[in-house]
Amino acid sequence: MTYIAKPKVHHPALQKNAIGLVRRDYEGSVTTLCAGCGHDSVTAAIIQAFWELSVHPHRVAKLSGIGCSSKTPTYFLREAHGFNGVHGRMPALVTGANAANGDLLYIGVSGDGDSLSIGLGQLCHAIRRNVNALYVLENNGVYGLTKGQFSASADPGSLSKRGEANTMEAIDGCLLALTMGATFVARSFSGDKEQLVPLLKAGLAHKGFAFISIVSPCVTFNDHEGSTKSYAYTREHMVEVVEADFVMPTKAITTQYDPGTTRSVTLHDGSRVQLTKVADDYDPTDRDRAYGYVREKHKAGQIVTGLLYIAPDSSDMHEQANTVAAPLHDLPYETLCPGSAALDKLQTRFR
Amino acid sequence: MDRVNEFAFKIATANGTGSASANSLIMRAIFRMGIPVTGKNVFPSNIQGLPTWYEIRVNRHGYTARTPDFDLMVALNPATYQRDAAEVRSGGWMLFDSTWPLDERLRRPDVTYLGIPLAAMCNAEFTGVRERILMKNVAYAGALAALLGIDTDIIRTLLTEKYAKKQALKDSNQRAVDIGFDYAREHFPCPLPIRLEAMDATKDCILIDGNTAAGLGCLYAGATVGAWYPITPATSLMEAFAGFCQRYRKDPDTARNRFAVLQAEDELAALGMVIGAGWAGARAFTPTAGPGISLMSEFIGLAYYAEIPAVIFDVQRTGPSTGMPTRTQQGDLMMCAYASHGDTRHVCLYPADPREAFEMAVAAFDLSERFQTPVFVLSDLDIGMNDWMVKRLTWDDAYVPDRGKVLSAEQLEQVKTFYRYLDVDGDGIPYRTLPGVHPKGAYFTRGSGHNRFGGYTEDGEEYADVMDRIARKIQRASQAVPAPEIRTVPGATVGIITVGGCHAACVEAVDLLARDGVKVDYLRVRGFPFADEVRAFAESHAVNFVVEQNRDAQLRSLLMLETGVPITRLESVRYNGGFPMSAHHVLTGVRAKLEKVA
Repeated sequence: MTYIAKPKVHHPALQKNAIGLVRRDYEGSVTTLCAGCGHDSVTAAIIQAFWELSVHPHRVAKLSGIGCSSKTPTYFLREAHGFNGVHGRMPALVTGANAANGDLLYIGVSGDGDSLSIGLGQLCHAIRRNVNALYVLENNGVYGLTKGQFSASADPGSLSKRGEANTMEAIDGCLLALTMGATFVARSFSGDKEQLVPLLKAGLAHKGFAFISIVSPCVTFNDHEGSTKSYAYTREHMVEVVEADFVMPTKAITTQYDPGTTRSVTLHDGSRVQLTKVADDYDPTDRDRAYGYVREKHKAGQIVTGLLYIAPDSSDMHEQANTVAAPLHDLPYETLCPGSAALDKLQTRFR
Repeated sequence: MDRVNEFAFKIATANGTGSASANSLIMRAIFRMGIPVTGKNVFPSNIQGLPTWYEIRVNRHGYTARTPDFDLMVALNPATYQRDAAEVRSGGWMLFDSTWPLDERLRRPDVTYLGIPLAAMCNAEFTGVRERILMKNVAYAGALAALLGIDTDIIRTLLTEKYAKKQALKDSNQRAVDIGFDYAREHFPCPLPIRLEAMDATKDCILIDGNTAAGLGCLYAGATVGAWYPITPATSLMEAFAGFCQRYRKDPDTARNRFAVLQAEDELAALGMVIGAGWAGARAFTPTAGPGISLMSEFIGLAYYAEIPAVIFDVQRTGPSTGMPTRTQQGDLMMCAYASHGDTRHVCLYPADPREAFEMAVAAFDLSERFQTPVFVLSDLDIGMNDWMVKRLTWDDAYVPDRGKVLSAEQLEQVKTFYRYLDVDGDGIPYRTLPGVHPKGAYFTRGSGHNRFGGYTEDGEEYADVMDRIARKIQRASQAVPAPEIRTVPGATVGIITVGGCHAACVEAVDLLARDGVKVDYLRVRGFPFADEVRAFAESHAVNFVVEQNRDAQLRSLLMLETGVPITRLESVRYNGGFPMSAHHVLTGVRAKLEKVA
């Protein structure tokens, strides 16, 4: 139903956020993905997260690579600049854009082909640089636009629509991110908006590279029996490690959970992520144990979801590069050019 | 017959022994004597132990091209004695370390041998192993001072300046100079018939390499984001930029940086970062060499089609593939002109020396933002890494960067609807907006098919409409790139057309041809797409000798494709061996073709 334009007039009774905007103000054009695509649920969660955060849409830059997932930035935040780059190379674009203007909120949307095959190197190095961006990996284990080839996240033994079994080991984006030193690692499921929205909000508030891998089933090529990225399989096998709730800095912090199982992590802007342990002995600030836990559950055939790891003392790319507070692209030219007198003086060095 | 201020010598050592500072000392001393001088570093792709040479040409007429005729060989590397001895011109000299006997088979009857026990003397004078090796080099500099007549006061001053804060080092260097100097004076008739006499021809000049000059250009142009992946021979460009930024781009109050230098994981990412930064409104650049351009090709097409500014320095080296990483070439002319798949055509600038590398670095940012497209600055290893004598760099404080058509929040407030790729002014250049400025400025940047409104399209007419406008825009840049350098003489019927670092060899060849009674007009292209003058020049000569440094006559191909001048008017003269071009290469090529034409 992509031929129907969205109405621009809003119902007056629609709920407004802190800056007076309704959810519609965070939407984009109508999706062109298949009906029932997990990616559309992720888009809806992204819209919800931005709306709840009361962000001015034009202060966001949304970037993506190539693939079904990479089409989705057109479907949210129509007032934000978008950049649909080349396959697997969105991390470099985000890095450069962020270097030029660190004042914006950056969201990068990618898929498993884009992130874990052609763009694996770029993803790893963007993680290492700790670029201040939310990176959403919409993981369906399959190449959709080229009609159903396995991606690098397909599990061994998983069957394609034509019935062939995948023989190679899968790359788990979350384990990769943990290994590369990511300062924020989460996993969720497109069908679990309650879990996803607070995670997205926390990722946007995190200062540094926030990596969220979202199992997002492909209804056309990977939602059949024998697939490990189908709706049915995911619902059956996912196990929540922590329940995350995001608390804005302005809000009063209330303790809704049993103190014995709740932990609060304060982010750089004063906001907090409240984590409720669902699993015993899970500590989301211990990288090694997070890794071990995900591996252990994986062996038992379970997909661990929730906020897997967070480093509250994250230092992002700008901090590491010791750049001035003002965005580099906007610095007055007079403060950049040393002028003719300095050039004359400098040239004594070349005599 | 004495040859005053007009000779060449070559110093053969092993790399990693510290000979570079001795060679630089000699170069600078001659330069400070007011004598035009050129240095060419011929070095291996290695860190330590392989043969390396430094060639110094002294020329009172001011010719700065490489010359392959050496009057004196300073042969300090036994591994290359044989080939070094063979390179000395008949009647020339060969200086060697006589601590060890010279193989008699290396002796030529037409060469005078100057044996100096450099190692023995330095071993006696200095104690540390490292110091002994280093000082051996400084000692040959001292010997050359005596043999060639280098002003020793200038050497003393240079050492004082260099080691201002290291008195002990200054003293040991001076001692080493004296050892070499005294030995040569005692044992040989000094100076030799090839000798130096002070002149006044370098007062307005500096000695600078092109990478340093280009890095300085980026600083002055106001570039704030540099992304790169280290590669010979481009590495020192970013190192120079970063070094200048440390000095001139620190916020005085906070000591924080008004720049970001990002070392990427590869060249693909380096250009991606530059494009991201350009999209977000910064002046951003990347320095690389041919292999980097190959890797960047995908992103080059994106920047071209999505119309995003990006400045790319290609310090060309010998290809294809890894090629010879420490040898020079002009092998990327074709690739850069049309890099990436699909229909593309790029603005290129071709500096001939470090001074132009400085100026064209600045011009590249202006052109890139004005035309919203990637701009290449095609330097080469010879320009980039060798010290050249050029006129002092100048800067106009009235310069204002041309940031192109970027709409401000106030301007966006006034427009009804903003469309990214609409040719509002009829000049092929649309308006652009930066992220974060105004909700009305938002649009979707994409490398996929798009129409003039910025929307996705698979419609043939809408697609072609945008592509045709971009073609018009790039063609328009031919009037904005630096104009070709043209030198004409009355009565000339043939022309030389060349590019970049061939310039010095060509102007020398033009003078030598004139001495033979051959009148030649001269044109050096400085920008691409070619200005109309290039076609007019080529059409006005029965024969044009197209001089360049590659195997496939790439400049000639570009001239044929872009100007429509037939191949019969374009005779190719080329050299692709990896050394900087000499007038000899040009003369030999032109004379052979002239005979053919006659």
